[in-house]
Amino acid sequence: MGEKILLKGNELLAEAAVRAGCRFFAGYPITPQNEIPEYMSWRLPQSGGVFIQAESELAAINMLFGASAAGTRCMTSSSSPGISLKQEGISYIAAAELPCVIVNMQRGGPGLGNIRASQADYFQSVKGGGHGDYRLIVLAPGTLQEVYNLTMNAFDYADFWRNPVLILGDGILAQMAEPVEMEPYLPLMDIPTKDYVLDGCRGRAPRVIKTLILHPNIGLVVHNQNLQTKYRKIEKAIQLCEDYQTADAEIVIAGYGITGRIAKGAVKMARKKGIRAGLLRPISLWPFPRETFMKTAQTAKQFLVVEMSEGQFIEDVKLAIECRRSVEFLGQGGGWYPTQEVILEKIEHMAAQAKGGR
Amino acid sequence: MEETRIIIAGYGGQGVVAMGNVLARACMIEGKNVTGMVSYGVEMRGGTCSATIVVGDDEIACPFVETPDQAVILNQQSLDKYEECVIPDGLILVNSSIIQRPVKRTDLEQIQIPASQIARELGNIKGANMAALGAYIQHTGLLKMESVERGMRELFGGKNPVMTEMNVRVLREGAKRFTLVKARQKA
Repeated sequence: MGEKILLKGNELLAEAAVRAGCRFFAGYPITPQNEIPEYMSWRLPQSGGVFIQAESELAAINMLFGASAAGTRCMTSSSSPGISLKQEGISYIAAAELPCVIVNMQRGGPGLGNIRASQADYFQSVKGGGHGDYRLIVLAPGTLQEVYNLTMNAFDYADFWRNPVLILGDGILAQMAEPVEMEPYLPLMDIPTKDYVLDGCRGRAPRVIKTLILHPNIGLVVHNQNLQTKYRKIEKAIQLCEDYQTADAEIVIAGYGITGRIAKGAVKMARKKGIRAGLLRPISLWPFPRETFMKTAQTAKQFLVVEMSEGQFIEDVKLAIECRRSVEFLGQGGGWYPTQEVILEKIEHMAAQAKGGR
Repeated sequence: MEETRIIIAGYGGQGVVAMGNVLARACMIEGKNVTGMVSYGVEMRGGTCSATIVVGDDEIACPFVETPDQAVILNQQSLDKYEECVIPDGLILVNSSIIQRPVKRTDLEQIQIPASQIARELGNIKGANMAALGAYIQHTGLLKMESVERGMRELFGGKNPVMTEMNVRVLREGAKRFTLVKARQKA
């Protein structure tokens, strides 16, 4: 058993990254993620790493391109508007199949928005964000223990699949503190030697890392096919989801991150009142845990999606269950937070309607 | 144990965050589940500052608090802001050294403590937060006083052991010198 520690989500994430071998961080300040670069600014030099406060978000993400091409485990972090600025670089890194970890502690949008927590960057995170047919592995922690564990896993996934990984948090997870077991870093899998890195080609053939395959006509087509083949493999390998009391559940709540965690409290309250409720909390948002959702749709009567946005995640829930059950929605953008009580009220309403309809 | 949802509020600089940290750490020492959040917005730069702590034996679902069970109020502005939010029949602690008006709610149990005065008498005006914490812990029995003292030493002892011990004395003094105002009997 590791030591227990009480840190803010941001600080904890930074510590987990360093323990997982992250040795390069570039970022630009924005609330509510500032404690990540602040922590890295003293912690990385202490561990033989490099911290750079870049001149812009765009510069930071392109510094990651370089650090990753040189074979270093690297990370950048920002919050919604800053992540928008990074999209060009993210697309380039995905195209070059370079590993890196990107953290988005979401805040209210669109535009400058506000600094309250939000989940309105779902589409941007799982559907692209930048240009071209690429995918990010997207992980959404719901507790600080998961922030710690998934941050470590993120570096392994990134290296193993040669793909950028996005950790999708929000302002609450970033700013809250709770006790966490600091288990030592253990790689999730055997990670192949990085035989692509640009570390000087004396005594070996030169290597090329580019964002475009310039073979006339078909080069880019083939590159895209290869990427898609890789994405299909990732979809088979990673589908993470917390499944709580769904076996006999009539109403299943779907929520990710902080919302899923709050919804779990609502499920417990509903169960105490005799309502058979359950929870599916996707932990990987891409790949989406489709199989778990499809399985649950066979027994559940209705779904309720809760998210801190006007309705983005709900589309993937409907797709995953192929619209076989009715899906109710509870959510708002701009910094609205759901409480257990508000979710419970909605569950009770749904339960009453189901009874009346029979 | 049911979940207890606490808000601590005061001026920036009154030690709201430090008090939240000590409380959360003491909860962890006792093996309880706890979440803590402090205000991170513009209120950090003047005006009121708050920390919310949720303690329980079960997993904690929601780390933010809209309707606290208990409020620890260190200044008048925070009383104005949070008095109405406390749940019916909840608990409110007020720093009577600097809060001039009485608590309006009659359904709340009240702890009145001259926290700033106690801290000043013991030589550290900045310790008002710890005087309030002492009274709060003594009255609620949420945690053992030793756990709180240990939490203080772990958090601050390394940086400034002299000041930490002074604050421990303030904590203990606060535990002795508060007045309890019972909630009005319901009809």
